[in-house]
This record gives sequence, C-alpha cells and structure tokens, in this order.
Amino acid sequence: MTQATYKPAFMTGDEFSIPTFSVLNHDGAIYPDAQSPDLPRDKARHIYHAMLATRILDERMMAAQRQGRLSFYMQCTGEEASVIGATAALDDADMIMAQYREQGALMYRGFSFDEFMNQLFGNQLDYGKGRQMPVHYGSRKLHYMTISSPLATQIPQAAGYAYGQKLAGEGHCTLTFFGEGAASEGDFHAALNMASVHEVPVIFFCRNNGYAISTPAVEQFAADGIAPRAFGYRMHVIRVDGNDVLAVYEATRRAREIAVKDNKPVLIEAMTYRLAAHSSSDDPSGYRSKDEEEIWRLKDPILRMRKWLEQQNWWSEEEETDTQESLRREVLDTMKRAEKRPSPELDTLITDVYAEVTPALQRQYDALKAHIRCYPDAYPKGAQALGLDGDQQHKTGEQ
Amino acid sequence: MPTMNMLQAINNALDIAMAEDDKVLCFGEDVGVFGGVFRATSHLQEKYGRARCFNTPLVEQGIIGFANGLAAQGSVPVAEIQFADYIFPAFDQIVNETAKYRYRSGDLFNVGGLTIRTPYGGGIHGGLYHSQSPEAYFTHTPGLKVVVPRDPYQAKGLLLAAIRDPDPVIFFEPKRLYRASVGEVPEEDYQLPIGEAEIIKQGSDITLVGWGAQMEVIGKAVELAEEAGIACEVIDLRSLLPWDVETVADSVFKTGRLVVTHEAPLTGGFAGEIAAAIQERCFLYLESPIARVTGMDTPFPLALEKEYFPDHLKIFAAIQHSVNF
Repeated sequence: MTQATYKPAFMTGDEFSIPTFSVLNHDGAIYPDAQSPDLPRDKARHIYHAMLATRILDERMMAAQRQGRLSFYMQCTGEEASVIGATAALDDADMIMAQYREQGALMYRGFSFDEFMNQLFGNQLDYGKGRQMPVHYGSRKLHYMTISSPLATQIPQAAGYAYGQKLAGEGHCTLTFFGEGAASEGDFHAALNMASVHEVPVIFFCRNNGYAISTPAVEQFAADGIAPRAFGYRMHVIRVDGNDVLAVYEATRRAREIAVKDNKPVLIEAMTYRLAAHSSSDDPSGYRSKDEEEIWRLKDPILRMRKWLEQQNWWSEEEETDTQESLRREVLDTMKRAEKRPSPELDTLITDVYAEVTPALQRQYDALKAHIRCYPDAYPKGAQALGLDGDQQHKTGEQ
Repeated sequence: MPTMNMLQAINNALDIAMAEDDKVLCFGEDVGVFGGVFRATSHLQEKYGRARCFNTPLVEQGIIGFANGLAAQGSVPVAEIQFADYIFPAFDQIVNETAKYRYRSGDLFNVGGLTIRTPYGGGIHGGLYHSQSPEAYFTHTPGLKVVVPRDPYQAKGLLLAAIRDPDPVIFFEPKRLYRASVGEVPEEDYQLPIGEAEIIKQGSDITLVGWGAQMEVIGKAVELAEEAGIACEVIDLRSLLPWDVETVADSVFKTGRLVVTHEAPLTGGFAGEIAAAIQERCFLYLESPIARVTGMDTPFPLALEKEYFPDHLKIFAAIQHSVNF
C-alpha cells in the first residue's frame, strides 16, 4: 500500500547512500570496528596462492601476447581479491557464470596451468576445441560455465540456472560476475527482475572496476554506482571494498546464506580498479593518467592480503620468493608444452553445432576435404589432419 | 480418436511432456493462471504448480536468458514468446547464446533441452506488429532447429519431438490456424520427425512447397489447379532448419517445376534458400524458373492485408505461369 502525499515532492534517490563494507586496512590490519571473518589458515593460504598464481599467469601471458605467441589476452590484475574472495566463499559445487576476466575463480578451484594454456592456445586439448578466443575458459568439473564474448548475457542465464538449482533442491546457488559496464545492458535489468520476482538463489556480483574499456564510471551511470539499483528490485544488496579479500569473502559468504536458505537473490557491488588494460588490444594511457593508476597500485589487493597473512605468521618472505619463482617456472613450462600441441581435429569444424552432425553439414565437410586435397599447401592444418604429409602435399599439389 | 483444434493439441502435448518429466517447465508472459493469451498453456499451472508453469515479467531477453540458464542446468524449459513479432529483444540470447552453447564449450555445456514456442504469421488483422513471420532470421543461425506445424496432428507430434530433441528448437505456431484448424489427434504420446518433409499429395506436373499456415493456402490453390487439369505434388517442409532438401529435390526431378510460398517478405526469405539449393541439384531437370509466392518487401499491412497476402489465387497464378512457361 503506497502512502498518500498532498505535496508534489520529488525524490532522486540521493537519500540512499550505500556504505562500503571493509575489514582489512591498507597495512593488512583489521579495522578497529571490524571483525575478521572465520577464515582458517589453510583456506587463507589457498586464497592467497590463487591470487598470486593469477597475477603471475596474467603477467606472463600478457608478455607472451606482446611477443606474438598469443592472439589475445585479458588480465584480472587489481581485481584478484574480488574474484577469488567471492569464489572462496562459495561451495565448490556452486555454479559460477563469469564475464571474461575472472580466471582467478578457476585458479582457486584448481584449474591447472595446463588447462589454462590449452584454451589460450586453442590446441587439441582445449575443452572448447579451439573455437573461441583466448580466455574463454569453461569447466564442467569445476562448475564454471564456458565464457561467451557477448557482454551481460550470462546474467539472466545465471538466474535461470539458479532457478533450476532451487527446483533440484540440492542447496546450491549460482554466482555471476559482471563489470559495471555490463550493468548498463538490458540483460542486467532482465536478470535482476526475473530473479527477484521468482525468488532465485543467485548472487549478482558486480566488479565495479571503474572502466568499461575506455569509458570511465562517471560516463556510465549518474547514480551512486550499481548497488542502489537493487532497491528497485527489493533485493538484498551490499557494497564491499573489492580490494579487501576478507570483506569480499565475508560479504559473499553471507550473501550465499541468503541465496540458499531464503531463496533470495543478492547483489554485491565490489569497488575495485582494473589496474591493467581492458584487454591486450587496449591502451589505457589514451584515457587515464599514470598518477591515477599509481594511487590504485598502492591499494593492490595481493599486497594487502600478504601483509595480513604475514601478521598472522601464516606467510613469509621466503615462501613468497619461492612460490613466485616456482609459479613463473611452471607457467613457462606449461606454455611451451601447450604451444607445441597440434590444433583440434578437422572434424571439430562441424561437430557440436548440433548433438549429431546433420546431413547438410556432412555434405559441406566432405566438399571441404575434397578441396583441401586439391590445395593442401594452402591449408596446412587441414592437410595434416587428412594425413597429407609434406611429400604427398607436394604431389597432390602437382596433380 | 478425439478431435482437437491446434491450441488443444499444443496444450495436450505440453501436458504429456510435463506429466512425463518433472524437469519440463512452461513459462512466458501470461502463461500461468490465464493460460496464455491464446490459452495454449491452460490448466498447466493448476496441474503442475506455480514452480513449473509461471508468468514472467514482460522481458523477452530475460525469458530466453533465463531459459538458456535453465537448459544449461539440465532443466527442459518450454519458453513462450507471446508473439513472434516480439522475439527480437531476445535475438541476442537466441542467436549468440542458445545457438552456440554446445559448439563454443566443446559440448561441456548445452541448452538442448530448450524449446521456444511462438505464434507467428498474419491473417488475424494484427497489422505489422502481430503478423510477422521471422523464421528466416533464425534459419541463418547454425545450432538452432526451426519447426513449423500445419495442423493439430502435426503440432502435437512435432512439439513433443521438439521438447525431447537434444538441440534447441524454435517452434513457430501459425496463430491464424490456432482455432481454425481442427482435426483428429490421438490422445496418446507420439512424435513426428524433425528434419523430414512430408509429401502431402503426389502429383506429376509441378511441386509446391510451403510450411505452417501456407499449407492451407496451397491446398486451395491445388484445388484450382486440379480443376485446370494440373497435377500438383505438395510438400510440407515442417522443419526449416535442418530442411529436407532431398525430398524436395526428388520431387522436382519428377515434376521439373517448383513453386515455394511463404508469408514473410521475398528478399532474404527462406524460399530463396530453397530455390538456390534446388537449382543446384535439379538445374537440368527444370522446365521453368523456380517461382516464389511470398509477402511483399514491406512491413505487414493492416487494412490491405488481403492484397498483401500470398493467397491461393497468387499461388494458382504462379502455377499456371510455370506450367505455361
């Protein structure tokens, strides 16, 4: 029942200002009024290891992209606490539907460097069979939905997936990651409205990292970030310091309780900063200052967690050096292996379009094979797949 | 055998699918208590509860996005888009997501359980936003299946097949025939094959190909042609993606002539695809150019619907022109 008023009083929403939940200060100490979440030593170390491994993977692969070994790359840099802190608060069997720069979630759940590399190089062992650009990972085993390039499409899908989980009654939820840029898409509104009306156990996790490619937040939305939008859907919402892994962990842990126990969706807005470029095709120096980046470098989420761990006596300088060294070596070794693996089989051109290959696709494939046999030199991967080695290629070429 | 109209046949198919499998869900705008604006989902909420048959907010991209997620999770959603004219807000979810789920993940995930039902076509004085036939937009998208039934018997058998098909299916229902088309429909469960055309009538002089509501119009044209002594072979394609090129080609080998008809505009319409594929296979057997009888390259009109429509007289004229070429 709405309240009547007899004066034309407009509201702008400015009356709602959502505070940011923080636990850990920049020196790695707990804020005086805050309470450290119940995070056991091993789990804390696992989170930190995933953050470090993600950072190192990103640095190495970005370098590899610059060397021309990789066509494309996207870094999680600066957002590791948001992504990995949230993932750590979930049950391992909860579904994650990510946007594209959340490799930290996979890292936390145990996706191996080999698995990362196979996708990045689109080789024969890539689960996606070399069909998508690099960083479009997926893992059924780790409950991580394969990434798709179109922005925000995963958000209503997460609502649907979670609705199915609710009906299945197994006590699981879905967490979907997206950037504040994606929250401008219609899919975002569609998803929050559907989830709210149908009481769906889904966590909408917005990484507000300040930029949608080159467009700063100030040109993306006029209101106080993304969080207040939850009010319009009568949805639980919390804003959290996205560079504070303990705050992200605790906020997501509580959000999961609301989602799974009460079957209610929750919106989390993590205030963070995309320290790296949007992708390897982007150059942030064209639209933001070094000074701005430097300010955020001081808020590095990995450094902050490391300080906290060291204060707990759960981590040491020596472990840091050793771990970094071994991670770098492992990344390089697996990259070399992955680069050498052959491309996916030729028939992956036509499989998985449908559950079964249709007659029309089979005809097109047969025509392609016949064509490759005529011009094997022009299609080296296809020729190799058809068993036409160098000599034969030459011979066939002459025919 | 009971007599049903097309809506009753569709409702009956949904009822069977929901009774058989708890994972089958029906949702869309007004499909709950109200049973859908055309009543295709009548009584399903009553029988199967609000969790499995429910109204959604008015958000087509949300309906299909939600359905994609459900299907990926292992549910079997049957999502209704109230009019095919309003499927476009969901275009991205259908074309970039539904259609590519299996392919892009290397079959780690798929949305094969998804069926999208939507009423299409003109003839109900619906004007430009309640009359469109947008099938060709979707036949251009690998990964989708596109099915159009012509009568109640076909509707039930094809819809049950669509719901159980391992690939996502867009099921276009000819709304002009929802109540107008009545026929005998078995009460029990049965399926008709997706991807196979049906030869409705054998004939030696000319092949007529159509689908959905156009089959009724073709029927009237055939009556005129037969009176004029022309023996028509009539093929209902039933499934546009994949489509049964062999059955059509075999017929054209025999008759040497082909007329394809649809309500959608001419340019970029599916008749163009059929004409191209058939001339590739049957070039030396053709006695006349392949004719297309279609809507015009305009939006669908309101007041001059009859003039716009690819009706039996226009089809008959095309038949005569082809035979006398």
